[in-house]
Amino acid sequence: MRYSAFSIFRNGLSGQKNWQRAWRAAEPKPTYDVIIVGGGGHGLSTAFYLAENHGIRNVAVLEKGYIGGGNVGRNTTVIRSNYLLDGNTQFYEFSVKLWEGLSQALNFNVMFSQRGQIVTAHSADQLDAFSHRANIMRLNGIDADILDRDEVRRLVPYLDFSDTARFPIHGAILQGRAGTARHDAVAWGYARAADGHGVDIIQNCEVTGFVRDGDRIVGVETSKGRIGAGKVGLAVAGHTSVLGRKAGLELPIESHVLQAFVTEPLKPLVDHVVAYGADHFYVSQSDKGGLVFGGNLDGYNSYAQRGNLGVVREVSEAAIALMPCISRVRLLRHWGGVMDMTPDASPIICPTPIDGLYLNGGWCYGGFKATPASGWCFAHTLATGTPHPLIAAYRLDRFRTGRTLDEAGVGPSAWLQ
Amino acid sequence: MLRIECPCCGPRDHDEFRYGGDASVARPAHDDPDPEAWYRYVYVRNNPAGPHREFWQHVSGCRQWLIVERDTRNHTIASVGFARKMTRKVPA
Repeated sequence: MRYSAFSIFRNGLSGQKNWQRAWRAAEPKPTYDVIIVGGGGHGLSTAFYLAENHGIRNVAVLEKGYIGGGNVGRNTTVIRSNYLLDGNTQFYEFSVKLWEGLSQALNFNVMFSQRGQIVTAHSADQLDAFSHRANIMRLNGIDADILDRDEVRRLVPYLDFSDTARFPIHGAILQGRAGTARHDAVAWGYARAADGHGVDIIQNCEVTGFVRDGDRIVGVETSKGRIGAGKVGLAVAGHTSVLGRKAGLELPIESHVLQAFVTEPLKPLVDHVVAYGADHFYVSQSDKGGLVFGGNLDGYNSYAQRGNLGVVREVSEAAIALMPCISRVRLLRHWGGVMDMTPDASPIICPTPIDGLYLNGGWCYGGFKATPASGWCFAHTLATGTPHPLIAAYRLDRFRTGRTLDEAGVGPSAWLQ
Repeated sequence: MLRIECPCCGPRDHDEFRYGGDASVARPAHDDPDPEAWYRYVYVRNNPAGPHREFWQHVSGCRQWLIVERDTRNHTIASVGFARKMTRKVPA
């Protein structure tokens, strides 16, 4: 069933009783051309683009839990392409362009809202660095604007512009095409669109091992039995090390927990995505009115999808330093997601040294915005066996060969970020 | 909150400590010419979902470096000891 204004009208007349399931509850077939491990945003988008762009429809997505239960449903939904380094800049801009047409491509409203992202600068030097970034972005055809203090004040008057601000605002960098999307809709939209192409989405199916023929991986062992595969793609960020080890991969990854927060609903206040340049805090307002915000990692290896109170305090302190007006707003919920942290804070998407196994992981804290481009490029890599040009820099061997992309500059220790 | 039983100061909130990462990684000898050994030392981590030996420094207390064995799935701490007594000898 195609979703349209007419279908809403017609189903309204029949008491909303005739909507079909968005995707089938598939049971595994004995073998597939491609198996994607991980039914998050990246796995589902990979499956969709395998079918849509490459005509490979005999595909299964195996998810150990339920669709949307992992990081695709746990992030803070920010989408932007204000990256500095070659390799990142072009990839994330390609992703924003895919976001711009995504609701139409999927026939599912992902509620992509290009409300603009503002990152505040708190010294002349920081504003210089932002100008450098903005120039690089513009040279790559990406929109970027540098704002002075008065312009920032006109756009976001609720920030602390007082004389007592601990870190006074000097200016900001603005990307007007950045924004947010409804994260669950992204998972459901890709799942539905992939299913429409014949992809089997198999939930509650945990991959417990790999089936080998000599050196080649020819299938997976799962909680629903053995399933054969021509190629296997891993898209299990957070647990890439766990599954990688089962396949015999040694990876430069640590798993860390990142928290996100939402306040009680407020009347419209924050029209943009605002990020604090003097600390790690960023905020947007959801359509329900809650302020959705996040900050730093908890800072120690963790596979627990919950965070600690110390970070709640740190992030709240940063929030109040930037926006004193929300000091009395109550926190409604906070939750955690498990991140693959790579030493340079950039992802890994590539064929692996193991025949038949392809890797998409290491998304650190930036995976959501990359969902369409990641799937597009990973599908290309799986279909052709060679990396898509846009992900050429995201090789697994870049650490061994010294070609790291340290966009965040966190160095080899994720906990030092 | 994690509570770490510091062998010097007693049980303390983990906010008093600084995390130091995987304690099972061994540094190659200073004059080791093999880049692969240095690559593994700097970058490769076992990253288990389960018991993990890791460094913590009690920066707001005795300032000792500790080795904590903690389960990364539920933060249960099995053991804490002074790092200087528990680390492997660095190869000469």
